[in-house]
Amino acid sequence: MTRPHLVTGARLQYDEVREEHVLLVPEGAVRLNPTAAAVLELCDGERSLDEIVDTLSARYEGSDLREDVEGLVDGLTQKGLVVDAAA
Amino acid sequence: MRQPRPFTLIAELSYQCPLHCPYCSNPLDIGAEKYRRELETEHWIRTFREARALGVLQLALSGGEPMLRRDLVELCEGSRDAGLYSSLITAGTLFTRERAEALKLAGLDHVQISIQSPNAEENDRIAGNRSFEKKIAAARFAKELDFPLTINCVLHRQNLDRIAELLDLALDLGAQRLELANTQYYGWAVPNQEALMPSWEQLRRAEEAVQHFRERVGPKVDVLWVLPDFYEELPKPCMGGWARTAMVVAPNGDVLPCQAASTIPGLEFANVREHPLEWIWSESDAFARFRGTDWMQEPCRTCPLGRQEMDFGGCRCQALRLTGDAAATDPVCRFSPHHDRVVSIRESAQTDEFVYRTIKRPVRI
Repeated sequence: MTRPHLVTGARLQYDEVREEHVLLVPEGAVRLNPTAAAVLELCDGERSLDEIVDTLSARYEGSDLREDVEGLVDGLTQKGLVVDAAA
Repeated sequence: MRQPRPFTLIAELSYQCPLHCPYCSNPLDIGAEKYRRELETEHWIRTFREARALGVLQLALSGGEPMLRRDLVELCEGSRDAGLYSSLITAGTLFTRERAEALKLAGLDHVQISIQSPNAEENDRIAGNRSFEKKIAAARFAKELDFPLTINCVLHRQNLDRIAELLDLALDLGAQRLELANTQYYGWAVPNQEALMPSWEQLRRAEEAVQHFRERVGPKVDVLWVLPDFYEELPKPCMGGWARTAMVVAPNGDVLPCQAASTIPGLEFANVREHPLEWIWSESDAFARFRGTDWMQEPCRTCPLGRQEMDFGGCRCQALRLTGDAAATDPVCRFSPHHDRVVSIRESAQTDEFVYRTIKRPVRI
């Protein structure tokens, strides 16, 4: 995975009713914790995985988020919800 | 008990449809007077807003054929403004390039096109109308406009042997999802049961083909395959459990817990013209009747597998049809005293003759 982006038709949204972030996909939704939502907001097909990790690590005061980011992106790639813009 | 929040609203915009599929999930009495008076644009848009406030995220614009509604563009805008994720559930025959563009601009999120068979001639025979070429063209328009595309095919004895062709067609069309929906026996599938019920051997081969395809193609095409009820020994949580995740609004505004709920005698359906959706969801008779587990009888009440909160007793409409009691355990369950009826239906006589869906005359069975 070099430049992740959301698959066609996937939409990030904040659900005011349940007070949580969701990734809406055809006929489904994935509930997201705030970190996951922050990662997916950066999956724009332009940033590399390294850039996403750096941006978030800086935002969260230097904590290393590489494992979290990679785990999330891998999981959603397996499900076909994140794809590689470079592929 | 804390009230569950609905996730999906199925908006049956109209029961009119150019196709005549013999397994249609619409009621057999779609031609009845009570369905003639369809909701107005503003009723639907208000319903979408109320649904979002209740927790709904997914909107299925369904039917009949939803593209027969002249206000479909306005309805898509209403859905977008309400913050819903909208899916158009269409037969595809009216999905021209021009209308597809208008729907895209209006914020429609996803297109699901039904195909009756990957073989043109067979497709047209099952649909009861010449439609295959238009469906293929529709799928290509959807892709050109960058809609996520789902191909849906209802499976049964007449088309299950073509599953490998169907998988290849979905791949060729660039579908992101392929919904292989084994026929459920309500609506028009009931009088067609003998023409539709597959053999175990057909299902086994189909499942194998799906497995091979998944290994070959990977997550690029998400193939949804669920073994049909009648070949299971334990029931499925129909609709995710009665009044737990979904609600269906009929063309006339009646709100139902599932598409087939109107077959259950004595259930009263509230209408969005007269009541707020919130009240209908939490208070109305039809939703309260089988919600949760308190209504359950034996053997569900003391389920030896403790599955009350997993399958919610299965399908109420199936229980009614096969036992005469909508509150009975779904006879798909091997603990049901009526399970032998499911077994005998699997082995029942077979025909290739269809009773085609029609809105012209009410069908009685």
